[in-house]
Amino acid sequence: MNFDKEFDASGLACPLPIVKTKKALNDMSSGQVLRVVATDPGSCADMAAFAEQTGHQLLEQSTQDKKFVFFLKKA
Amino acid sequence: MATKKMAIIATKGTLDMAYPPLILASTAAALGWDVQVFFTFYGLQLLRKDLDGIKISPLANPAMPMPVPMPVVVQILPGMESMATMMMKAKMKKKGVASLEELRSLCLEAEVKFIACQMTVDLFEFEKSEFIDGIEYGGAATFMKFAGETDVCLFI
Repeated sequence: MNFDKEFDASGLACPLPIVKTKKALNDMSSGQVLRVVATDPGSCADMAAFAEQTGHQLLEQSTQDKKFVFFLKKA
Repeated sequence: MATKKMAIIATKGTLDMAYPPLILASTAAALGWDVQVFFTFYGLQLLRKDLDGIKISPLANPAMPMPVPMPVVVQILPGMESMATMMMKAKMKKKGVASLEELRSLCLEAEVKFIACQMTVDLFEFEKSEFIDGIEYGGAATFMKFAGETDVCLFI
């Protein structure tokens, strides 16, 4: 999937993947896609909850080599 | 969608209890919530420039997982608190857990409002110069004004 920006949250524990994803989205424009990579298993549920509450769209979520990959479309 | 609000009263100054208010405040702010944290009694330690006074002790924390079982009589020995704190901080760093300083900075950056309880600042004779910049001072009525309009209100 194409994306405009990438944020690597590997090695970070709760709440950093979410708090820093929010920061990464700050300087993006509406409609742009952010790819986030995380290793915190809790980030799967948290990213979905983050998207639901903020209106950003979680386009795709997958697991690759024990890493969790998310594609978020900025609202 | 109206902005959601959260108010937290942070009353504890130990390493384990310092995390929940800062984790919840920084996360809620990332979700776009309007957040205020009111620091009182030992919670005031979280507002000090120097956070080195925040420690953890196995004493009175019987559920703390320890590498080896440690009888209470050993836990009271001098240096045990510093050792437990050092071990916990090392473990946190290894697991990617943010430091208190980092979480606090993320809160301030996200415009979480920090309020120091004036009564307890006076009680413990803290100087305002000991605290970080960008905080406010107030009392119970200040807290209630905001707390009365919140969606989530926690006492930690």
